[in-house]
Amino acid sequence: MAQPQVLTPPSRPPRESHARSWRGIGWGFIVKLIVMGLINALGIMAILSAFSAQSWILLGVTAALVLAADVVYFTKRALPLKYLMPGLVFLLVFQVFVFGYTAYIAFTNYGTGHAGSQEQAVDAALIQGERRIEGSETYPLSVVERFGEYGLAINDDGDVRVGSAASPLTDVGTAPAGQAPASVDGWTVVPRTQVITDQELQATIEALRVPFSDDPNDGSIRTRDGSTGVLYTPTMVWDAEAGTITDTVNGTVYTADDATGSFVADDGTRLPAGWYVNVGFDNFLRVFTDPSLAGPLLSVTGWTFAFAAGSVVISFGLGLVFALVFNDPRVRARKYLRTLIILPYAFPAFMSALLFRGMFNAEFGVINDLFFFGSQINWLGDPWLAKAAVLWVNVWLSFPYWFLVCTGALQALPSDTLEAASIDGAGRWRQFRSIVLPLLLVSTAPLAISSFAFSFNNFTVIYMFNAGGPAIPGAPYTLGSTDILISAIYRVSGVAGGAADYGLASALSIIVFIVVGVISAIAFRQTRKLEEFQ
Amino acid sequence: MRKIIGIGVAAAASALLLAGCSGGSTAEQTADSSAELVIWTDQEREAAITAAAKAFEEETGAKVTLVQKNFEDLRNDFISQVPTGEGPDITVGSHDWLGALVAAGVVDTIDLGEKAAEFEPVAIEAMTYDGQLYALPYSLETVALVQNVDLVGADAPATWDEMIQKGLAAGTERPFVINTAGETGDGYTMYGFQTSFGAPVFVQDSSGSYTNEVGMGGAAGEAFAQWLHANGSAGTGYLSTTIDYDINNELFASGKAPYTVQGPWAISSFPDVNVAVNPIPSAGGQPAAPFVGVQGFYLSSQSKNALLAQEFLVNYLGTEDAQRALYEADPRIPAWTSLADEVASDPIIAGFLASSKNGVPMPSIPEMGSVWDFWNAAESQIISGADPSGTWNKMITDLQGTLAG
Repeated sequence: MAQPQVLTPPSRPPRESHARSWRGIGWGFIVKLIVMGLINALGIMAILSAFSAQSWILLGVTAALVLAADVVYFTKRALPLKYLMPGLVFLLVFQVFVFGYTAYIAFTNYGTGHAGSQEQAVDAALIQGERRIEGSETYPLSVVERFGEYGLAINDDGDVRVGSAASPLTDVGTAPAGQAPASVDGWTVVPRTQVITDQELQATIEALRVPFSDDPNDGSIRTRDGSTGVLYTPTMVWDAEAGTITDTVNGTVYTADDATGSFVADDGTRLPAGWYVNVGFDNFLRVFTDPSLAGPLLSVTGWTFAFAAGSVVISFGLGLVFALVFNDPRVRARKYLRTLIILPYAFPAFMSALLFRGMFNAEFGVINDLFFFGSQINWLGDPWLAKAAVLWVNVWLSFPYWFLVCTGALQALPSDTLEAASIDGAGRWRQFRSIVLPLLLVSTAPLAISSFAFSFNNFTVIYMFNAGGPAIPGAPYTLGSTDILISAIYRVSGVAGGAADYGLASALSIIVFIVVGVISAIAFRQTRKLEEFQ
Repeated sequence: MRKIIGIGVAAAASALLLAGCSGGSTAEQTADSSAELVIWTDQEREAAITAAAKAFEEETGAKVTLVQKNFEDLRNDFISQVPTGEGPDITVGSHDWLGALVAAGVVDTIDLGEKAAEFEPVAIEAMTYDGQLYALPYSLETVALVQNVDLVGADAPATWDEMIQKGLAAGTERPFVINTAGETGDGYTMYGFQTSFGAPVFVQDSSGSYTNEVGMGGAAGEAFAQWLHANGSAGTGYLSTTIDYDINNELFASGKAPYTVQGPWAISSFPDVNVAVNPIPSAGGQPAAPFVGVQGFYLSSQSKNALLAQEFLVNYLGTEDAQRALYEADPRIPAWTSLADEVASDPIIAGFLASSKNGVPMPSIPEMGSVWDFWNAAESQIISGADPSGTWNKMITDLQGTLAG
């Protein structure tokens, strides 16, 4: 045991905290001022654009953050916060907010059929239901205005006829056939350039329907481009009081159902466009109660654990072996060899996975040609071989990382302990097992946990290498034998097929997050035991 | 006192910076009194739309802004951004997105008036959903039989057997090669052979619209499955799941296979091959009808410039000059009939055009999204030697279950 050190008294009084020692405007202060000015400018720009986009929550949060930054950096107190603030802001924006938003989506049915508000769903139904009357002519048209009221004037084979939303078309004169009326008695013709460049006017004209006659069955004139008019007739009628949309052709009544966010008729048929609503825990319940969902997800869960654990264990073992070998002073040109070993890690995972897909090809792949003498081993078509292949690719991508980590850890080992062990007669293996490995694990175990979590969600490798194939015959959602949870979620949620169900996908993601979180927490508790070796 | 000076300097510096930053933004807001059209496009079509946009800007005084995105991202981004009010006024897109776009309520109908007659009927039909036209079509694409003239001549084989015979006679490594996207399976490329057995993916009603009734079942579908099996790894081996898109093109380009089924997008991969393009031969006795995909321009249902956007679409992009510019920027088969006839002097385009005349539009109903995975996987398994009828019928049942649920 070492002797306890005799503490010498400090030669000078402890310095005042540097947060309080304001010595006038120095360079540091000027730099701080410029940086804070930039931050304030950015913040105010964000606030202004949030204001113009009317997103009040964003505006409030931005304002609070900018204010907090100013207070923290211009006060003489709060020294710890001066260091913590940037990290906290990034944590809030990139972690807490993203997670919170995912959680919010998980409780809605947001997706392809439920993409907007109810008002937008009604708009869509009316748009989709408004039909051009069969055989309607296309009339040259002008937009006209009288005392703030807008109307449409058409040229019907030389007869100019004008009307507005309240008054059906009436004859008011003649004009050369085929031209838009240039002047209309009692109305002012609005210049065309004004019609199509003024946003408010566009909205008015787009919504304007001029009845062709007193009989509503004749339809109404509507203009789509401000220069031609066509007869349209609505086949869907929205009743805001009752919250129903009625199909005038067959009389079906679709009622707004706020529980599902759809317009549903009595016989269960729905209008294509719905709106998104809060569905509570439905998405989470579906995962556990819908057999077609729970079964496949459970079946891929096993492989996900095997894949993640296998990736970590094999890469760690391989990396450690290489690290031990290249740590031996008897190996020549260690620098260059180490660089070579790190290369797979430096390659983008995207590229490697795609290259390996080609290399594993049964007929043309270099792996069968070179290593198996041209035999046709079906690497990508056989479920077990495909699992082995994808594991191989992930190990290839991650063992250099472990090689680096272990090399660092090995060089930090106390050499006197190892010397003492060899003097006591411990062999190489014994030294490795009792001293090197336990000490190594102290520093690498937390990394193993993060690596496990990363492999658990390694969508890129799976998707790029073989998209989770080969498909399991008869599996729902055509899950493949190498699909891991995250790629299974991608398939189940239908994002790729265009029928996305983001609510379900978010719920599943949160469940995966919880699983990974629990495993990591347990593992971290276990690694504390390793610290006894220190 | 120093503190006050410090705060004063701070305020002054901030104010200066703010003035510098806000100068740009206020200028933008004041200059933008006229309307602005935002158009999403992909890289290939950007140049062509730019030309039409320039003419439009000069004539109307409106501003046109092009936003370039990945073609694959356009659909999901359009669906998610239009309802928030942040979406574009117009986007480029494929017709098979239409069902999803209608269900999301993000597209507006358009009225081409008399111009509709200027387009190929199949293009207008593809962009029509439930009797309403939702987009201005501009190009068609389809797959066809691409053959190596130096090995097998330019004549079109009428049937699969005739093609295989000619291919074997050419003495190459393989008589024929087709992409199955590796183990994934590729129902799209194989569809011409499937329809020659009379097994369409969905049944079409009298007006040509697709119903959600699966048409691949029954005897016709089983016959096709048998054919896949007989030519797969358990049979002749002409179809193989080791072939993906790149390997397929490599084998054809290097003369190891005289015939392949490919689309116009792959022709540039065969620079050294003397290529002829013909309709797909029939394997099951009926005409082979490949899928025809149509590209066009969709109008957002939440556009704040509906009249302006409609005007741009119909009167600026819906003209022969604009369609020609689009064709020159990105040579696909034009949907504009007179232009299609004009560019048909190019034998390769003519071949694809002839193939598209036999073709059927790819279904745009939302149900189609659920089909691909099941369909591709079943084909891949049967080619790899799985029991044909059993696998195919299981796929039909699973698919019907998914569509019903």
